[in-house]
Amino acid sequence: MKWYFSNDAPIYAQLIGQIRRGIVSGVFPPGERLPSVRELATEAGVNPNTMQRAMAELERDGLVYSQRTAGRFVTEDRGRIDDFRRRLAAEHVRRFLEDMEQLGFSRGEILSLLPQATRKEGDAHGDPGM
Amino acid sequence: MAILECNGLSKSYGKTAALEDVSFSIEPGRIVGLLGPNGSGKTTLIKLANGLLTPTAGKIEICNETPGPDTRAVVSYLPERTSIPTWMTARQLLDFYEDFYEDFRRDAAEEMLAHLNIAPGQSIRQMSKGTREKVQLIVVMSRAAQLYLLDEPIGGVDPATRDYILSTIIGNYDPQAAVVISTHLIADVEKVLDEVIFLDRGKVVLRSGVDDIRENKGMSVDELFREVFRC
Repeated sequence: MKWYFSNDAPIYAQLIGQIRRGIVSGVFPPGERLPSVRELATEAGVNPNTMQRAMAELERDGLVYSQRTAGRFVTEDRGRIDDFRRRLAAEHVRRFLEDMEQLGFSRGEILSLLPQATRKEGDAHGDPGM
Repeated sequence: MAILECNGLSKSYGKTAALEDVSFSIEPGRIVGLLGPNGSGKTTLIKLANGLLTPTAGKIEICNETPGPDTRAVVSYLPERTSIPTWMTARQLLDFYEDFYEDFRRDAAEEMLAHLNIAPGQSIRQMSKGTREKVQLIVVMSRAAQLYLLDEPIGGVDPATRDYILSTIIGNYDPQAAVVISTHLIADVEKVLDEVIFLDRGKVVLRSGVDDIRENKGMSVDELFREVFRC
């Protein structure tokens, strides 16, 4: 997994975001055993305590759980994972709408652009546009 | 019990005060950045912790003891300048460390040398400056110490080696030990740190958790540093 960090948010919060995304997108499949905190911290290049804090938060979310001796696992509850997938989608849509409004598009215009964009995507695969 | 504790610590060179009334403590399991511009007292503080200097006033203690032979057995120190004997080969250096320090993990050192493709038979004199720095870091990190004092560990090396050094520090993480990293390359190290201590002209001007800074100020430690120490 590729890790990316911005300057304006706490590192633990960014770790939570990226691991959630990894779980939702299947990089960490349901029921899979996660690498140890130390391994994950080394891979992401972050402080182990910060990684530990992110894991504790993900446990509270119910996305991961630990088994005392065996380690930490991704939840097998696909409903819960799908909940988070939808939450992430809602977040993306909200941001997209904000950006488009900043560019001066009305809701109506945005809605009319979407079918065009999806049609184009169907025609030309590997379209470099967003 | 604190691993490193300073109380009213001051050090002057003649009339010049290098450190003034510095107080803080560092708990086990913490990786702490000692940050400040050139001449802010970082190296003086680290030398005091090693017993290479003695305080003008106040005290500094490692695991409740004044720096001396007993504390040196539990402190692993990476000096600002490489100081390994150049007439030795890497292998002889490992022999030397193994003899000298009870907590030296030879297998860990050999593994790191192999990982960096450094031949154990090569003499240190023949190594480039960067390679010497790597070898010294390897022997320093191969000790199972209570306190690691790393004075500018990433100063003179290329970005790939920098990443390797930082991942070595993370990979060697021990919840019973503390690590102090002095540097001015903040952007590179801040993700590795729990907390930072800003030193300015011998005084502690800020002590905070890295994520607390990001949370409360909405900026990285690097950005905050540039703001605090703007010239």
